[in-house]
Amino acid sequence: MFFFIIRTHLPFNIIIFTITRLIFPMNYLASIGSYFIMIREVFKKPTKWRIMKSLILKEIDELIFGSLGIIIFISFFIGGVVSIQTALNITNPLIPRNLIGFATRQSVILEFAPTFTSIIMAGKVGSYITSSIGTMRVTEQIDALEVMGVNSLNYLVFPKIIALLFYPFAIAVAMNVGIFGGWMAGVFGGFSTSADFVEGIQLDFIPFHVTYSFIKSILFAFIIATIPSFHGYYMKGGALEVGKASTTAFVWTSVVIIIVNYILTQLLLG
Amino acid sequence: MIEVNDIHKSFGENKILKGVSTSFEKGKTNLIIGQSGSGKTVFLKCLLGLFEPENGSICYDGRTYSSLSGNEKRNLRQEMGMVFQGSALFDSMTVEGNVMFPLEMFTKQSQSEMQDRVNIVLKRVNLIDAHNKYPSEISGGMQKRVAIARAIVMNPKYLFCDEPNSGLDPKTAILIDNLIQEITEEYDITTVINTHDMNSVMEIGKKIVFLKNGFKEWEGTNKEIFKTDNAAVTDFVYSSELFKKVRQMYLEERN
Repeated sequence: MFFFIIRTHLPFNIIIFTITRLIFPMNYLASIGSYFIMIREVFKKPTKWRIMKSLILKEIDELIFGSLGIIIFISFFIGGVVSIQTALNITNPLIPRNLIGFATRQSVILEFAPTFTSIIMAGKVGSYITSSIGTMRVTEQIDALEVMGVNSLNYLVFPKIIALLFYPFAIAVAMNVGIFGGWMAGVFGGFSTSADFVEGIQLDFIPFHVTYSFIKSILFAFIIATIPSFHGYYMKGGALEVGKASTTAFVWTSVVIIIVNYILTQLLLG
Repeated sequence: MIEVNDIHKSFGENKILKGVSTSFEKGKTNLIIGQSGSGKTVFLKCLLGLFEPENGSICYDGRTYSSLSGNEKRNLRQEMGMVFQGSALFDSMTVEGNVMFPLEMFTKQSQSEMQDRVNIVLKRVNLIDAHNKYPSEISGGMQKRVAIARAIVMNPKYLFCDEPNSGLDPKTAILIDNLIQEITEEYDITTVINTHDMNSVMEIGKKIVFLKNGFKEWEGTNKEIFKTDNAAVTDFVYSSELFKKVRQMYLEERN
C-alpha cells in the first residue's frame, strides 16, 4: 500500500493522511477522545467524602489486598525461573557466580515486578472492573445513579483510581518475593551459594532503579483503573457484550502498558 | 405539572420523536402507551433529562429544563424518582442500603433519622422483613417495591416508571399499580408511567398518551379510551379478544 502511494506521486499531505488513517482509524481516535473526556468527568462533582471514603477502602481491599495472593505466587516462581535460566546460561568459568543474584535482582526490579505483574493485573483486576461496571450498565444501575443526580463516573471510577495508588506497595511485595524466589531456586537448586547470591543482589545497586519501577507502577495503576472502566462504562448490549468488553479491555490495557513501559524506559533510563 | 412542547429527538438519521406536545398533571397517574419502537422509552428518557431533545421544551412546574444551569439541573433531578423496568437495584447493597442511598448522598440527616425514613417508606410499600436481604434474595415483585421505596424516599415531586409491571404475575402487577396510584395521590406527585400493560391502562390511566411512530396519536382518560374512534388506538388497546369483548360490552351497556 505504502509503495503504491509513493509510486502514484500523491501529494505528501495525502500520503501522511492515508498512513495515519491506516494506523489510527477514526473510531480509534474517537475512542481515545471519549477516554480523555471520561477522565475529566471522573474528577468533576465529587461524591460526599463520607461515602467516598468507604468506597475507597472497599476498593483497596478488593483490588490490592485481593490481588496479593496471585502477585506473591507469580513473583516467587518468576524470580526462581530467572535465577535458574541465568545459572544455566553461565557456561564460562570466568564469569562470577554472583551474576545469578545480580541478574535476578535487575530483571525482577526493572521489568518482572512492575511490568509483568501489571499485565497479570490487567487480566485479573481489569476484567473485574469492566465486568462489574458493564453489568451495572446493562442492568440500568448506572442510569439509576444518573437519574438521582449522582456523577456516576466519579462514584464508580474515582475510588478505583485512588485505591490503585497503593499499587506500588503490591509491586514492592512482588520485588521482594521475586528476589526471594530467585534465592530459593539458586541456592536450593545447587546453582549458587547463598553468599554469592546475596553478593550479587548487593552488587552495583542503583536506588533510582527502584524509583523508576515505582514511577512505572503508578502509571500502570492509572491505566489498569481507567481503561477497563472506560470499556465497562461505555459498553452497549447484554451479558455477551460484557464478556466481549472484558476481553477488549484486557487487550487494550496490556497494549497501553507495553507502549507506556517503552516510552518511560526511554525517558527515565535512556 | 410537566408540560412538553413540540419535542424532537433523533439518533443520527433515525428520527424517534417528531414533535410531541402534552402535559402531565400533578396527583394523577399519567400513562404513555404505544407499540414497541413508537418512541416511549426515548420520550421517558427525555422527561428524565437523560436525553436532551433537539427542539422543543420540557417545563417542570414552570422550570424549562434546557434553560437551567448544571447545578439547577442536578437539583431538579433530585426531585425526581425513577422505577426502572428491571428495578435497577444496586446488587452490592441490601434492601435497606438501596433505599437509604439517596438519603446518604443528598441529605445531612443523622443515621437514626435516615433509618426512620427508610422504615417508613419500606412499611409504605409493605416490605417489613426484607431490610437486610440483597436484591438477588428477593422476588421480582419485592424488587419492584424496593425500587418504588427508593424512588419515593426523597419525597419526589415527579415519579417516573418504566414498565413497572413487566415480568410480574397479574396479581402482583395489580398490587404494584395500586401502590403507585395510592402513592401518587397520597404524596400529590406527578407520575408518568411507560407501559404495555392494558390492565394498567384500564385501572389507573387517569391520563393516557398514545404514541405512534414518534407522534402523539391520541390522548385521553381510561374512560375515554373505551369510546374513542381512533383506529390506531383501538387496534393497539383492543388487540386481544378479551379486551374487544370488554369494550363491546361497555358500549352495549352505554347504549
